[in-house]
Amino acid sequence: MTHLGKHPARRRSASAGLFLLTLLLAATLSAQAPKRIVSLIPAVTEMLFAIGAGPQVVAVSTYDVEPPEVRSLPTVGALVDPDTEKIISLRPDLVITYGCQTDLQAQLKSANIPFHDYRHGGLDHIMVTLRALGARTGHVDQAEKVTRSLQSRVDAVRQRVADKPRPRTLLVFGREPGSLRNIYASAGRGFLHDMLVAAGGDDVLSDIDRESAPVSTEMILARAPEVILELNSANRLNEHDLETVIDPWMKLSSVPAVKNKRVIVLLGSGLAVPGPRVAEGVEKMAKALHP
Amino acid sequence: MSIRRRLIVVLGACTVFTLAVMVWAPTVGSTAISLSRVFDRSVGWDSNVDAQIFFVARLPRVLAGALVGATLAAAGVVLQALLRNPLASPFTLGVSAGAALGAMLAVTTRLEFGLLGITSIPLASFAGSLAATAIVYALAASQRRGLSTNVLLLAGVTLNTFFSALILFVQYIADFAEALRAIRWMMGGLEVAGYTPIVAALPFVLLAFGAFAVLPRTLNLLSVGAEAASARGVDVAAAQRLAFFSASLATGAAVSLGGPIGFIGIVVPHLVRLLVGADHRIVLPASALFGASFLVLCDLAARTVMSPLEIPVGVVTALIGGPFFLWLLVKRS
Repeated sequence: MTHLGKHPARRRSASAGLFLLTLLLAATLSAQAPKRIVSLIPAVTEMLFAIGAGPQVVAVSTYDVEPPEVRSLPTVGALVDPDTEKIISLRPDLVITYGCQTDLQAQLKSANIPFHDYRHGGLDHIMVTLRALGARTGHVDQAEKVTRSLQSRVDAVRQRVADKPRPRTLLVFGREPGSLRNIYASAGRGFLHDMLVAAGGDDVLSDIDRESAPVSTEMILARAPEVILELNSANRLNEHDLETVIDPWMKLSSVPAVKNKRVIVLLGSGLAVPGPRVAEGVEKMAKALHP
Repeated sequence: MSIRRRLIVVLGACTVFTLAVMVWAPTVGSTAISLSRVFDRSVGWDSNVDAQIFFVARLPRVLAGALVGATLAAAGVVLQALLRNPLASPFTLGVSAGAALGAMLAVTTRLEFGLLGITSIPLASFAGSLAATAIVYALAASQRRGLSTNVLLLAGVTLNTFFSALILFVQYIADFAEALRAIRWMMGGLEVAGYTPIVAALPFVLLAFGAFAVLPRTLNLLSVGAEAASARGVDVAAAQRLAFFSASLATGAAVSLGGPIGFIGIVVPHLVRLLVGADHRIVLPASALFGASFLVLCDLAARTVMSPLEIPVGVVTALIGGPFFLWLLVKRS
């Protein structure tokens, strides 16, 4: 720079070159940033809207309901039944697909439509995905901001519960209404497990290396969780309905969670979505586990 | 050997075997429990984990397995004789597809009503089985006086396919989690977690078995042919009606309790026939007893083989029943 400083003319041309380069870079970046995104994964749709790429989204899956803006967008099928024809006819420049949609991916490839291959993973994977989407859609800064805020909220919870005893917890996310049949719970892998651990719980199924597992009453009796957290997609339940939901558990009265009235229903549809609402989920879980 | 002596020997052996299986099955599982602790009255119920595992988790399963197994096997025997078709099973006449459609609708529309402690899914599936029975009967009885077994068979098979298409459609338009739950239901499961569902199914099963008790002699004649039976003084139409309705009622009750558990209704009767001959006076009760122990054993495998994970019992019955049956078939021929 000192050398350049001695020659004002050269300095000018150098800064003009830098300016041109920046312009060029910005132009190529914005040329690369997709303007017509089709998302087939509700969790990723939420992420796109969170990082400011919402206006670029032109269609979503049939299961998408959040954020409310997506409800007016056209739908193009979902995981098992993507409407390839409709997707291609929308002329997207980026399609968010799930890892197992190999047929769709092959069709997109032959139609020269770029796609982002996504799979659910752990809590960290949500952060990774947010940043990757930011880079891919031209929203690096906002993606970084959102990711950091999520991370710091989760870290804050981790810190708050760090010194507290970790209750042995069963995280249930589905069963036959009114009975204890066909119970499905989060097992030792995946974002629900990570959320539970971050919220200061000790997952009673952590030895099962799967995202979810069907659990029998025998297994629940044998593993004797101190807390049973049950996710319920309803946003609100009155006292009576809540009692009806909890009532079947009373049969397992030897389970510490039942004995000590620590079967806790967590309400809200966002809890089982590995998207930007996970911090809220972790906070809810932590509040339930460590009131 | 006279029929009476064979009856006593065969049924005696089957009863002993079934009882032994039913006593043994609840003592084994994915968790080790101490029997002395299970029956230890000095420990309170609320803190006796072993007793709760035995009485809440295992015993209802064993009882449900025995009831469903006996019912499906016996219904299979009756329908094979009625339709004079060795391929007939309790699921041939559309009853189970009707039950499945009922259950699917309850699952996917998130019906959450209950009646006397029975939840919506078994109620809806039982209603579905009754509806299917009524439709098939109306079709088969409309042609001439009495039942046409040919029409019965064709109407049943067609209704099966039709209901299956509706089931697929309902699953297809359902929410993802609901579709998954519906698919799980189709695999069958005996984890009833309590006695209420068993007690609810029992009256219908008992009613059906009451009819089964008077059927064997008639079934022997019917399986030769309607004319022959008629010539021997059997009221063929009445016998066919009784056989059809009792088998359908039994199937509906069994499916609403344990889901459509396949293979029992076809493998067990043939296995029993291979072992004891074709006389329905022996085949029917022996199949019921063997069906009970077979399903209880399959469920035992389902809950222990991959422990702590469980395998759907319908998968186990097909995995064990299929090859075993083929082996026996080849060996006998």
